[in-house]
Amino acid sequence: MKFVISEEQRALAEAIDQVIESVGGTAVARAASEGDAAPARALWEQLAELGLLGLCIDEADGGMGGTPVDLIVAFERLGYHAAPGPYLESAALLPDLVDPALRESLADGSVIATAAIPGFVPYALDAQLCSQQFIVTEDSITPAGAGEGQESIDAARTLHELVPAGPAAALDPQAVALAIDRATLGSAAMLLGAGERLLEEAVAYAKLREQFGRVIGEYQGLKHQLANVRVALTFARPLLKGAALDLGTPAGERSVSAAKVAASDAAILAARTALQVHGAIGYTQEHDLSLWLTRVHALASAWGTGRYHRSRIAASILAPAAILSPAS
Amino acid sequence: MDLDLTEEQLAFAAEARAWLAENVPATPLPSMDTEEGFAAHRQWEAKLAEGRWSVVSWPEEYGGRGAGLIEWVLFEEEYYRAGAPTRVAQNGISLLAPILFGHGTEAQHERFLRDMTDGTLIWAQAWSEPGAGSDLASIRSTAKRDDERGGWILNGQKTWSSRAPWADRGFGLFRSDPEAQRHRGLTYFLFPLDAPGLTVRPITQLDGTTGFAELFFDDVFVADEDVLGAPGDGWRVAMSTAGNERGLSLRSPGRFCAATDRLIDLWQRNQEQDPFAQDAVVDAWIKSEAYRLYTWGTVSTLQEGGDIGAEGSVNKVFWSELDIAIHQTGLDLLGPAAELRSASAEAGGRWVDDYIFALGGPIYAGTNEIQRNIIAERILGLPRGGDGRKAS
Repeated sequence: MKFVISEEQRALAEAIDQVIESVGGTAVARAASEGDAAPARALWEQLAELGLLGLCIDEADGGMGGTPVDLIVAFERLGYHAAPGPYLESAALLPDLVDPALRESLADGSVIATAAIPGFVPYALDAQLCSQQFIVTEDSITPAGAGEGQESIDAARTLHELVPAGPAAALDPQAVALAIDRATLGSAAMLLGAGERLLEEAVAYAKLREQFGRVIGEYQGLKHQLANVRVALTFARPLLKGAALDLGTPAGERSVSAAKVAASDAAILAARTALQVHGAIGYTQEHDLSLWLTRVHALASAWGTGRYHRSRIAASILAPAAILSPAS
Repeated sequence: MDLDLTEEQLAFAAEARAWLAENVPATPLPSMDTEEGFAAHRQWEAKLAEGRWSVVSWPEEYGGRGAGLIEWVLFEEEYYRAGAPTRVAQNGISLLAPILFGHGTEAQHERFLRDMTDGTLIWAQAWSEPGAGSDLASIRSTAKRDDERGGWILNGQKTWSSRAPWADRGFGLFRSDPEAQRHRGLTYFLFPLDAPGLTVRPITQLDGTTGFAELFFDDVFVADEDVLGAPGDGWRVAMSTAGNERGLSLRSPGRFCAATDRLIDLWQRNQEQDPFAQDAVVDAWIKSEAYRLYTWGTVSTLQEGGDIGAEGSVNKVFWSELDIAIHQTGLDLLGPAAELRSASAEAGGRWVDDYIFALGGPIYAGTNEIQRNIIAERILGLPRGGDGRKAS
């Protein structure tokens, strides 16, 4: 059965964890949020060496030839560690939309690229780390220059408006749609990883913090909130796996949308709950919890809001013809 | 979605679909919690047995097909998609049978199993007592040894005993060692509901039907052959049922996928009643999908030798809340006509009936509060206590 994560995928996840921990773990996101991009670049190089940047690229083009299930396994770890940088853009969105030479450079990490998709992902992420930027529309790609960086709710993310800086190249709309869905699925995986980490942090804190002479994790008021987070994350996960198996098939779009909605909702619930469990200390920028609290909200609105994805599902399941024929 | 189903599995599903298409009653049966409906549902069990579809996962010698877990889920999907009747024999088939197979004697297998497959023998569960609901281990009904007659004398009261008004036998726990506390000194009994000294008093439910009853035991004699497992070992024996009830078997994904299909159909005909319900319809679809995929994931885990364990509690909280959300949305879409329950109402009042049925979900088989405690303590590893519960 394809529902069980393979040994190779488990090993990939562990290797990513080790690389991120070796570069400093959450210190990378912390540095990025303070304007120091050096650790983020160092992490990029190491993850490129591991093959992560070429995960969705064919082996013939210098990549790993990974599956969409590999993608969600890997990107969940990036979310878990709040790794900063345009990974979705460079590793999931752009590879299939650029020429083979650039594809190879993306795969080996020598080029870091970012992108904006007007009306969907209006700002390009972290152009300060990138040597190339692109404007992607439903049927074209255009090299672009980046405007000044703007602040995000997540201090480790910098957002840029892009201006065209070269001729547009035509693209197959189906290829663009698939690439966007792949990146959207990656964002759902990052949200799931962030949600799992938020739950872990909250549970760990609830076992330590004492009030009224007992650890606060003994109180049902907190237990039940944390249990609800466990339920939400547990039931978001199979939607991601389902979407990874459906990607590129007629059911792919709505499956990806379902995964994004469920992962966003679960991660936001995890964020709210983790903050409540931590109390005032969680409300400080100094505490690492802030890294995921803000990341979750950034990712929930990027790569299609809940409104966008629910509408896309509605168009698929609520049209009479679509029910009779899911392939339409 | 590619589930890697084999040719045999696909053929099995197709065979079930064809049989159900031919045999599922065109008009829904009356509620199984009425006398007339109970009899009709008993007949349906016989019909299922005729086609050898009543207990697909049981061994062939007892009327099953020896089907694996994957086939079982496939069958359930087909069953609900076909709109087939609720299983009046569910207490026996889903809750008791796994224990009977695991802990019962050869003689008990011979006496009970075949009759359970065709509606001849329908079981009521008898877990709760007036003072023992979520806290099941505080059971006070007693079993006293009667060596002379070779059995036990039962006294006390059980309540919320589902199917008891018209079922044939019941199963439940009684305190056989008056000195022992809580989980110890309990014995699992299988008793006839028409035994001398046993009074069954039906309780009218929220929906006006009598799905459950109170049972009063007044010196009811039960022979040794009706003890399941060893005397005093009842808690351990029973918990294999509770795990099953809370886990995979009680609510197959087919049930929610079928309800969501009906909801989508209702939305298409009634969207003007509540345009804002679209998001709720979409969310019902997302969650039904999540539940379906989760179940397949669980099947994969079990196939590879894994265990559900406390995950069953995560499952129970999710499906019970999903069931309410689906039917609440259905009522929203019916607008001012939502309260109608008569035959002329939408789907003969089914949305009201199913909504009321769904309301019981977070309560039975261990309230969702107990499930959340289990999730917090056994999955998240938070400490017990702090809420007045005694240590188990």
